[in-house]
Amino acid sequence: MDSWGFSIAKTRTIDIDSVDFKVLARLTDKVPSAKRCIMCGACAATCSAANFVDFSFRKTHLLFHRGQFSNISEELDKCMLCGKCKLVCLRGVNTRAIIYNLRIILNDMNYKRIAL
Amino acid sequence: MRFNPFVLPFLAGTIIFFTIIIFKFYSWIHKLDKKQKYFIKKNLFTTKTLSALSEIFKEALVHRKIYKKNPLLGYMHMSLAFGWFLLIVIGKAESMVYNKTPFGEPWGGIFFRYFVTDPHSFSMQATFSFVLDFLLLIILSGVALALIKRFRSRLLGIKKTTNHRLFDKIAIMSLWWIFPFRLLAESTTAAIHHNGSFLTNSVGSILSYLPAGAMELPLWWAYSVSLFFFFICIPFSRYMHIPTEVVLILLRKYGVGAGEEYSGYSDIQINSCSRCGICIDSCQLDFTSNFNNVQSVYFIRDIRYNKLSDDVVNNCLMCGRCVEDCPVGLELTLIRQQHRNKHEIVGKHYFDYAIKEENHDDVDVVFFAGCMSHLTPGTIIAMKKIFNKAGEKFWFMDENKGLCCGRPMRQQGFVQQSKDLISKNSRMIADSKAKLLVTPCPICYKSFKEEYTLNIPVMHHSEYIEHLVKNNKLKLNKTDLSVVYHDPCELGRGTNVYEQPRNLLRKVSNLKASDFERENSLCCGSSLANTVIELDVQIKIRNHALSELTKLKPDILATACPLCKKSFVHGNKAKVMDLAEIIAENIENDSTADLKFQKNSVNELVL
Repeated sequence: MDSWGFSIAKTRTIDIDSVDFKVLARLTDKVPSAKRCIMCGACAATCSAANFVDFSFRKTHLLFHRGQFSNISEELDKCMLCGKCKLVCLRGVNTRAIIYNLRIILNDMNYKRIAL
Repeated sequence: MRFNPFVLPFLAGTIIFFTIIIFKFYSWIHKLDKKQKYFIKKNLFTTKTLSALSEIFKEALVHRKIYKKNPLLGYMHMSLAFGWFLLIVIGKAESMVYNKTPFGEPWGGIFFRYFVTDPHSFSMQATFSFVLDFLLLIILSGVALALIKRFRSRLLGIKKTTNHRLFDKIAIMSLWWIFPFRLLAESTTAAIHHNGSFLTNSVGSILSYLPAGAMELPLWWAYSVSLFFFFICIPFSRYMHIPTEVVLILLRKYGVGAGEEYSGYSDIQINSCSRCGICIDSCQLDFTSNFNNVQSVYFIRDIRYNKLSDDVVNNCLMCGRCVEDCPVGLELTLIRQQHRNKHEIVGKHYFDYAIKEENHDDVDVVFFAGCMSHLTPGTIIAMKKIFNKAGEKFWFMDENKGLCCGRPMRQQGFVQQSKDLISKNSRMIADSKAKLLVTPCPICYKSFKEEYTLNIPVMHHSEYIEHLVKNNKLKLNKTDLSVVYHDPCELGRGTNVYEQPRNLLRKVSNLKASDFERENSLCCGSSLANTVIELDVQIKIRNHALSELTKLKPDILATACPLCKKSFVHGNKAKVMDLAEIIAENIENDSTADLKFQKNSVNELVL
């Protein structure tokens, strides 16, 4: 739990014009509650996997919302899908479904992790 | 040879039907894997075939399980299945007696009355006519009930009936027309030749006012054509269940089980679904939130016609209520699991976490709380108290949040990841050299029992506490609290643990029964298996379950699953407690160790 995603980040820019928001729409179409997320980090705080490795669902989700998909597949592989984050979420976001669907969506986009 | 062109549609229908059926059965049996084929070869000529035949009689003809659901519904299915079966067999017997040979025209029994017009042609004819008329009457009453069911299904104990495809509607229409046409055709012949019995003769006497001679042939044609339509519809409609269920029961008796892989056996199961719709009424997604295309009946139908969508596969609580209610006994959740499974990159390690290895050589029991129990710390505190009171040496395996048991991954079909977690956990448990594994989470429990290959026994905490109480390691106080127990899906239907929690609760409280007990228990809505529904639907399911469970206004709603507890606590309807918490509160203060001490001190005082 050493990183909550609030550590000092390296300087970087996000070019919103180059972001493909259709991918985000694919997610929010499957999991409408993804739009409700306020990035509070309760999910990251309760995470079992974060006990062992540097993993924050909040960070991953935020990066996806900003259209930075490059590292997300590897990040999501750390998740055990136990569903604790879903139970603690204050906003009723189905975080577990987000992770499940992100895996499928990124797989479709050739960020190859699983063969469906 | 007795022949009339109207037998041709019937003959064509039968030939097409048997050709397709034989081809389909061959391809399914061919698709079975080696182990399944071995079971068939091994058990084909044993008493298992006989017991399968008796079950075929009970389930495929008499429909015993549907009788249990609703007697009228059972009668409807029995009259059509068993009635028609007897009509065919006795009709054939009649033509065989008449011909004095077992071989005759294949249509001899079906159109007997048209060809044999003399009512006194052989000695038993009156008896045969009576029996066949009686059977026809029974079947017609079944058809009448089937019609009533279309419009007023509640009269037959079914709230919702299945929405059928066009093809099924054609099949059902032709099935309904077969028997009225047979009645009319035989009655017109009876009106001319008086060769019927009580039913056909009396209907015939009414029809004799009409031009019966001109009506006779068209009616026999109509009867034959409706048979033709029904027969060619069978292999492509829901009526495929009639021949397939027989094969399914045989294979099941031979010990051919469904594995995690989709096989020919799954095909046989899918084709055995009669789409009766009984599973629709048992699905909580239907009666709480009006999802009307995801129930097992529609899921199986979608597989059969290659229209399966991801949403249908994933939108299921996997609670197993439909499996309990299915009159054919299909393994519906297993088939859904087969469709969720994804083929992973073999050999990749997903969870190479750095886990601190500790030595625990002197423990008897490994306690695995599970991820969810960490969100209901009351259960963990209670279990610790119980361990200490009973004087058991235990190791709390995931005290600082451990690995997941792997079942949530499994349920989403990530097989490789799940196996990765299983091997890691197995190694840790084996290293501890403990003699028993205890978990308060039914999800973990089912996983440990079915997916792990541990060399030590696994117990759910309800079983474990009962074991402690039986061995006098724990003594309990009886209170007058009223308690209703909620069966968690994975513990009850999943692993068949119904009695242990109830025995314990009876010892400490006044246990009451709700309307949804045991196999009929409800899901709390938080099921991890469903990744489609959102919080609003979960709340609807939970509120419905909670209102049903708290009808008797119990002091405490007890459950044995951290997920159910977490879900119900937010409903604010009753005080929700885990079984372990109730037990921990009611442990008799002086355990055996304390008693000894007290006795000694009393002795010392006396001395």
